[in-house]
Amino acid sequence: MADTQAKSLFTADLMVPAIKASFLKLDPRQLVRNPVMFVTACVALLLTLLLNSGGDGLSGGFKIQLVIWLWLTVLFGTFAEALAEGRGKAQAASLRATKAELTAKRLKNGRTDQVAASQLRAGELVLVGTGDLIPADGEVVEGVASVNEAAITGESAPVIREAGGDRSAVTAGTRVISDQITVRVTADPGQGFLDRMIALVEGAERQKTPNEVALTILLVGLTIIFLIAVGTVPAFAHYAGGAIPVVVLSALLITLIPTTIAALLSAIGIAGMDRLVRFNVLAKSGRAVEAAGDVDVLLLDKTGTITIGDRQASEFRAVGGTTEAELAEAALLASLADETPEGRSIVALARDLFDLQRPLPTGAEVIPFTAQTRVSGIRFDTTLIQKGAVDSILRANPGTGETAAATELRRITDEIARAGGTPLAVAKDGRLLGATFLKDVVKAGIRERFGELRQMGIRTVMITGDNPLTAAAIAAEAGVDDFLAQTTPEDKLALIRQEQAGGKLVAMCGDGTNDAPALAQADVGVAMNTGTQAAREAGNMVDLDSDPTKLIEVVGLGKQLLMTRGALTTFSVANDVAKYFAIIPAMFVVLYPGLSVLNVMALGSPNSAILSAIIFNALIIPALVPLALKGVAYRPMGAGPLLRRNLLIYGLGGLVAPFIGIKLIDLVINAAGLA
Amino acid sequence: MTIQGWLLIAAFLGILLALTKPMGLWLHALYEGRRTPLHLALGPVERGFYRLSGIDPDREQSWRGYAIHMLIFSAVTTLFTYAVLRLQAFLPLNTPGLAGIGPDGAFNTAISFATNTNWQWYSGEAAMSNLSQMLGLAIHNFLSAAVGISLAFALFRGFARRESGTIGNFWADLTRVTLYLLLPICVVYALVLIAGGVPQTLTQQVTATTLEGAQQTIALGPVASQEAIKMLGTNGGGFYNGNSAHPFENPSDWTNLLQMLSIFTIGFGLTWLFGKAVGNTRQGWAILSAMIVLFLVGVTVAYGAEATGNPVLHQLGVPGGNMEGKEVRFGIAASALFSVVTTAASCGAVNAMLDSFTPLGGLVPLFNMQLGEVVVGGVGAGIYGFLLFAILAVFVAGLMVGRTPEYVGKKIEAREVKLAVLAIAVLPLIILGGTAVASVVPAGLAGPLNNGPHGFSEILYAFTSSVGNNGSAFAGLTAGTPFYNGLLGVAMWLGRLFVIVPMLAIAGSLAAKKHTPASAGSFPTTGGLWIGLLIGIILILGGLTFLPSLALGPIADHLSMIRGQLF
Repeated sequence: MADTQAKSLFTADLMVPAIKASFLKLDPRQLVRNPVMFVTACVALLLTLLLNSGGDGLSGGFKIQLVIWLWLTVLFGTFAEALAEGRGKAQAASLRATKAELTAKRLKNGRTDQVAASQLRAGELVLVGTGDLIPADGEVVEGVASVNEAAITGESAPVIREAGGDRSAVTAGTRVISDQITVRVTADPGQGFLDRMIALVEGAERQKTPNEVALTILLVGLTIIFLIAVGTVPAFAHYAGGAIPVVVLSALLITLIPTTIAALLSAIGIAGMDRLVRFNVLAKSGRAVEAAGDVDVLLLDKTGTITIGDRQASEFRAVGGTTEAELAEAALLASLADETPEGRSIVALARDLFDLQRPLPTGAEVIPFTAQTRVSGIRFDTTLIQKGAVDSILRANPGTGETAAATELRRITDEIARAGGTPLAVAKDGRLLGATFLKDVVKAGIRERFGELRQMGIRTVMITGDNPLTAAAIAAEAGVDDFLAQTTPEDKLALIRQEQAGGKLVAMCGDGTNDAPALAQADVGVAMNTGTQAAREAGNMVDLDSDPTKLIEVVGLGKQLLMTRGALTTFSVANDVAKYFAIIPAMFVVLYPGLSVLNVMALGSPNSAILSAIIFNALIIPALVPLALKGVAYRPMGAGPLLRRNLLIYGLGGLVAPFIGIKLIDLVINAAGLA
Repeated sequence: MTIQGWLLIAAFLGILLALTKPMGLWLHALYEGRRTPLHLALGPVERGFYRLSGIDPDREQSWRGYAIHMLIFSAVTTLFTYAVLRLQAFLPLNTPGLAGIGPDGAFNTAISFATNTNWQWYSGEAAMSNLSQMLGLAIHNFLSAAVGISLAFALFRGFARRESGTIGNFWADLTRVTLYLLLPICVVYALVLIAGGVPQTLTQQVTATTLEGAQQTIALGPVASQEAIKMLGTNGGGFYNGNSAHPFENPSDWTNLLQMLSIFTIGFGLTWLFGKAVGNTRQGWAILSAMIVLFLVGVTVAYGAEATGNPVLHQLGVPGGNMEGKEVRFGIAASALFSVVTTAASCGAVNAMLDSFTPLGGLVPLFNMQLGEVVVGGVGAGIYGFLLFAILAVFVAGLMVGRTPEYVGKKIEAREVKLAVLAIAVLPLIILGGTAVASVVPAGLAGPLNNGPHGFSEILYAFTSSVGNNGSAFAGLTAGTPFYNGLLGVAMWLGRLFVIVPMLAIAGSLAAKKHTPASAGSFPTTGGLWIGLLIGIILILGGLTFLPSLALGPIADHLSMIRGQLF
């Protein structure tokens, strides 16, 4: 899972097991899941059995070659699937090893007993101490601990997990590195996150996604149509007073049915999921990945996604005759002991603007921020400096509310809010000094990203708890299409429902328990791994890095998966034209010699034409495996230009490529005297 | 090819394009059940129908209800015609005292007219009484056309509606289309044809004395009234065996042009209506553009082949184009255009002997029908057939823009793909399957007049024309045998049923879906790219299936002709 570096596809450690697996996958019970390849295998088997029967005037060598290439067509298909699964298999093995060694200290009736993790049931309590592996998914109900989640996320920096709040979820297989916590188990054996991950990366429980099902139906339909087209040829030939050998008919059938896309279809799906996994996002179903490609509206939390999480002090605005330097000094002193990013940015700004260097005064008493007073500060000698939201400062200093300074302060704070900032008022010994302008810093490059999304037809909506003034300013700066200010979880849910009622698909990310209903309602709900268990259960994807910006990339990966499928389908269907022109003249020239003019590729002989078409049909599968596994190149652009580009490459390319390919193969065959 | 020939083709298309929007607007009023100026006079008639039959036109039906009512209606009217034809000898308006039609023949003809195919194994003036022509056959010319247009309405509603369980009322659609569209136009049209020299009388025959003094019996009848709906409803069943080559059906070059125009005009209008119904007329124009491109390719090939003529005859000192089997009053261009128009549009009318066309000239009508007659197509049937291809085109290529495929705001998913594939796969199954049977069994082999690839073309054409519900005959094939009557009758019935029922199921499934508003990320279904894609998909999915059969038929025929061998 830590493997974020893209490995080369064709290393020996992936190839060898894949080649082995491709033979195992010839098991008819597995093969029948892919009807097109099943038909190919049946035809290959039929021809193998008919190898010894003569009477069709074809040389044994030609027939043997044909049979070999037919089997190779099937094998290339199973190989593509095996190769796609291979990478996941290795990861699954290491995850399984982690799982096997899990034991738990179960708390029952006030006593602990040691049991295997597999015996834990949802609702039971377990004690996890320093150095222990957490035995099951659950929620911290008591204590706080730092946990190393590298086994799951690949990130070795420990994270804090604590009872209550939005960081209470813990995952089986992660290690507590300090302190002790009591965890209530939330998943029964086999249902946990680890189990799901193993199943996911292994592709064992892979179900066909809706779109894959529809595509399979189309491919089966095409196969039936071509079975009819080829199956009626003997009767037509009989009318014309001839007979077409079964071998030749089989070759025509196999080249016409969409073997290329059928062989690569499941590999494309597995690889798409795998790309997501390597991106440290776990999708609970393939359906979710497809939905990501369809998303019309992105709900993005302002903090952490659009702005960098922390506000930065950018200006000191003094009131009532106080100089800015005075205000800066007071703000600096009040922030010296404040380790929050905002506090540190105030210290930095005061130093930059006024070159102030002050150590913490000896004997100073730090007043911490509390939820009751909502004011923090410092007291030294006889001086008291306070900072906090304007209303809180006014409340903490009764009588200041009616002063002229207060009026001025209110005017200034309004201005700050309108500019997208947060005002932080400062008071010294009950006197209002002014406000610090805490600015929300919009992430670099985010505006361009939103521009790209707009081009792709995706609307972005910023979600923030800020007041509408601030929200509007930030929204304008970041270039989002819309915003929802002073949002409550209910607002989010309502917005999603409203968009969905208009036929839109909505994606969002969230972490808190109160996000869970919205995550569940959204078509793509990405839960942060640091979030609560409720959020992780509600979403259909989990981001192990807990990076909300990734939502945008997830959409891209969903689109890439669908595009790859579409591109290879188009390519496969377009290929048929050239194959017809190779085989039809070869097949019918004995009946009507005039039909040789249809041999536009000027292929050497009827036999070499048939063989070339079959070889091209087989070789195109491995040739396209890298594309199927890596996905087609994806660039954010509107549907029109995207279609033009892909239609040119895969539609026109699919029309032209086989003409060239078959001709080249034919030249080689004739030069080598193979037919 | 001549300038006049091309001018004719250009004028033909120009007039049609000018008529497209007016026709579309008229159809839109009927589609929505709105009042038209004609309601003043005909409104009471419509309401009278509903009252008599106890139909509430505002009570909408699910796709199943729509399909079941349509099928019951078709079954009952088919049986009615079967009875009329069988009992012809005992019914009035039978001056020459014609005998009843045999069971296989009546079976074939009843299905043929009820399915809008109008395949005719018989010679109209020699086999059918005036009552049979009017009550047994002409009635279907109206009703089968009205059914086709109603079905198109139902499918359009599927695309246009949002989260709806119904797709309209079959009886209301049928009544309105017949009453406010087909009947009024046909009344005027028939009068114009009469002015042009087409007979309209209940007298079944007159006897004339020829210049040599011989007695000749000339068949007459209510020709103009049947001729009008034969064209407008893309039926094609002629009053006379000679069809539109007969001077009483198609007296002059301007009636010929009028007939061709009337075949396409509703089909053109329906494309506009589709765009209007789904809220973007450009969607309709895009479909029409794709149709016109395919049409022009067909016209160019057919006209080119006919104008080039037969090299074997050239060597014998007979230069020029191929005039064999053509009426001199129409000439090559009008005959080639007529054949492409009628086969593109599921109208089985002919004004020349297709059997006598050059092989490539004959290939175009054949291929047009094998594509499923989606190039304009039969009234209603053409556009719904075309939309099936559009669904597949969107599905194949739509993924390439990175979204679940959607067409005019509706997501195309497994169910739609399954039904569209079913409808499209039935065509080759019956055409190729039927041809395969007929080219092996002795009863089938007894049919074709010619041998070699040309004879094969004759069989292939018969099945293609039947399954495609076209009804035009290549001629040359002796089709009035129990074998062909039975097999082709079944082929016509399956060809209609297995497209209509899946298509209605798609309509139902689409109607129930939400509408996805178009955005910059939606697959563009207007503009050149989409038109090109549609043409590509229709040619590859619809056409390639038939390449082996075409290679052994007209293509082999053509290549042999070049080498000096004729069949």
